Amino acid sequence: MARTDSLWSEQGTTPDAIEAALRQLLIEAHAEREEVVPARVLNMIVFVDLDWTGEIANRLRGVGRYHASRLVVLAYEPKRERLDARVSVSTDDPAAPGEVALLRETVVVELGDKHLDDLATITDPLVVTDLPTLLWSPHGHPEIIDELLPLAQAVLVDSVEEPDYEEALERAAALSERAYVVDLAWLRSTPWRERVAAMFDPPWLRPELRLFSSVTVRHHPASTVAAGLLVGWLASRLDWKPARLIPAGGELSGKAHASRQDVAVRLQTAPELHVPGLQGLTIETAAGHRLRLDRGPGGLRARFSAPREGDREWTIPGASRGETGVLGEGIRQALLRDPTYLPALEDARTLLA
Amino acid sequence: MAVAAGRPTERQQPENPLTAGLERQPVPPTSMVIFGATGDLARRKLLPAIYNLAHDGALPERFYLVGVARKEKDHEDYRRECEEAIDRFSRRKPDPDVLKALLENVRYVPGTFDEASVYETLGGQLGAFEKEAGEPLNRAFYLSTAPEFFPVIVDKLGESKLAHDEHAEVRLIVEKPFGTSLEEARELNRKILSVFEETQVYRIDHYLGKETVQNLLALRFANGMFEPLWNRNYIDYVQITAAEDIGIGTRAEYYDKAGALRDLIQNHMMQLLCQVAMEPPVNFNAEEVRNEKVKVLEAIPAPTADEVGEMAVRGQYGPGHSGGDDVVGYLEEEGVPNDSNTETYAALRLEVDNWRWAGVPFYLRTGKRLARKVTEIAVTLKPVPHLAFSQEGSLGVQPNQLVLTVQPNEGVSLRIGAKIPGTRMIIRPVNMEFLYGTSFLSQSPEAYERLLTDVMRGDPTLFTRNDEVEGQWRICDPIVKKWEATPGPLPKYEAGSQGPAEAEALLRSGDSWRAI
Repeated sequence: MARTDSLWSEQGTTPDAIEAALRQLLIEAHAEREEVVPARVLNMIVFVDLDWTGEIANRLRGVGRYHASRLVVLAYEPKRERLDARVSVSTDDPAAPGEVALLRETVVVELGDKHLDDLATITDPLVVTDLPTLLWSPHGHPEIIDELLPLAQAVLVDSVEEPDYEEALERAAALSERAYVVDLAWLRSTPWRERVAAMFDPPWLRPELRLFSSVTVRHHPASTVAAGLLVGWLASRLDWKPARLIPAGGELSGKAHASRQDVAVRLQTAPELHVPGLQGLTIETAAGHRLRLDRGPGGLRARFSAPREGDREWTIPGASRGETGVLGEGIRQALLRDPTYLPALEDARTLLA
Repeated sequence: MAVAAGRPTERQQPENPLTAGLERQPVPPTSMVIFGATGDLARRKLLPAIYNLAHDGALPERFYLVGVARKEKDHEDYRRECEEAIDRFSRRKPDPDVLKALLENVRYVPGTFDEASVYETLGGQLGAFEKEAGEPLNRAFYLSTAPEFFPVIVDKLGESKLAHDEHAEVRLIVEKPFGTSLEEARELNRKILSVFEETQVYRIDHYLGKETVQNLLALRFANGMFEPLWNRNYIDYVQITAAEDIGIGTRAEYYDKAGALRDLIQNHMMQLLCQVAMEPPVNFNAEEVRNEKVKVLEAIPAPTADEVGEMAVRGQYGPGHSGGDDVVGYLEEEGVPNDSNTETYAALRLEVDNWRWAGVPFYLRTGKRLARKVTEIAVTLKPVPHLAFSQEGSLGVQPNQLVLTVQPNEGVSLRIGAKIPGTRMIIRPVNMEFLYGTSFLSQSPEAYERLLTDVMRGDPTLFTRNDEVEGQWRICDPIVKKWEATPGPLPKYEAGSQGPAEAEALLRSGDSWRAI
């Protein structure tokens, strides 16, 4: 549980005053408790409607050790005339004797329409120079992302939150040309990608990777993008030529062309799934192998069948990360680079065009 | 085995294109067997590490565990013991569903390690797992027993044809201590290598699994600024310290036979020395890294019996104070004979006789009940050739010192000279500090989580090769023998202090021990 050590606030303030207050709070915190030192990992800028500030704060509190070292929340209230700010520095759990405690800094700036033209000049002084910066606007406001993107190296998006999946993918592709995109929809597919890669990794199963004949992905009704990205990943890694999927009978279906055969692709909604992301997937190969993975208690439930061998069913252990875990992973990914996302995104755009 | 017939091996297949970009690479399906399954190491470290891998989804798609130990119990009893150990010692609270899924594939084989029937049952169990999985499973045999059982188990694994499998990899994990002398280490290597190939053997030095130790190589070889200075022309001396503030606790039976030299210097600290002194490997594959470490060990002359007194100092803690409490001396610790000559402190001065390091002393020291707990490597640079500044009124200009702290507060600190604010040009030393914890969001995995994964993936980089172990023993063995042959009493040091005053005698004129 984070413990708030120092607080500062001012109404009608300026970026210089906020930055000076931050410096002072850090000095005071260290003077008071020698073992506390500022974390220096990542800046995170969050643009959020003022009414939603509490909800976003709760989500970010849940990410625990993945909390950015400096969080700058730009809380937007259209008619606000005055710039108000609150600054807090807090530590994680108390340090063990002889060890250091990390200080994390949170700045909340309340601003209005009149400040939007100069948003970059308000925000720039508040981020730690030379640290990577992650930008997130969880409730839309694409124009704000465009405005602040020059300050950031990475931008956090959640393509499943967009009402139109085609637009979501177009937007992610456009952003990718200007910054590294961390897409939570992509990260929701990570355990599934890891499992599929591992299931077909044994030498005697690796040739089957070239023989996939059908892929069915079951997803939360609002998570078509996550399913599309998973198939896009398979297509880009296995050199398939994807084609546009057609809606029919409550699912999207179509074909991708692999070098040896066509691959039937189906994206099916799973209304029973109550959280964003994927419910399961089934892969069949031309040689008669069939793999089905589904969410289950304690991990993914696997069913595997091979020609002339019976069905096998077992649980691959793994704890669910939950939505806060996915968000935390998204923040961590801002410091890494995944070379497979963009090719997967490109193929997903074709599939979901 | 029927399921494996005609199946191609790793070498015959192209790379798996799905693994690109994944942080967590596939781990081949594995059955792990822990000999000594009810012991302290299994309960405190191995089972929690396995659980945490399961929690993170980092175990192989197919993973089975068999515990082997003397006590009679059934599978369910053992599963319950596993659950208790994981609940008590895991670094995170176990998720009941994940734990249940893990324990479903746990079995227990009772019996003494020299009974052929144990290995028959074990072989049957491993076969049953493969039948259930429908594929050959790699096997990892973990020797987590008292060392006297290592040769027995190795022999029996060989006799029962469990040491090799046509369709899967079989690996042997050997816990420390790897012998108590050069002769024993050689004999154990001979025994193991009469049954297993060297490529199958994973000798654990859990220090190498620590992120901090791996960071040492990153610091040296991923940064251009250090390597040009990393030689006898610029470095004056190197000091490696592994100090503990605690006593021996409940480990008297082990510790009184081992002592500080065998417990820490022969293995962990020699590995740290190798990482400081090794040449840059061509790449970071296991053989290249270990070849370079062996070259360092080969460059360190083993002392003759007569030289031991000049290059090694031992000591034993007496009563004193630790953490504000009165504490007893080593001889008063429970389970320690009152005439014990076991050293609780050891310090060495070693030379690495090669082009890079000739003439640079490497000081190693370790001890129990010292002033505080710290493991660090301090590299002291030579003083500047000419001092243009006044030394008057200040601590003076001191040589630069690069300190790599392994624990606690992993980090790097560089001592540099800086001007004291004021009208005069007076210099005093200040520190530039870098703490790893401030710069990463991730939590370091436990050393055993990393090491178990590496075994299952077949990556021996962080394990000690046979020639490394023998190289370490070649240097330490004469010291052990000389100390065993020299009666006590040993030099004493007060608990909670810096160690015995005799350690000063190891230092060259002008060198000094860093304060612990």
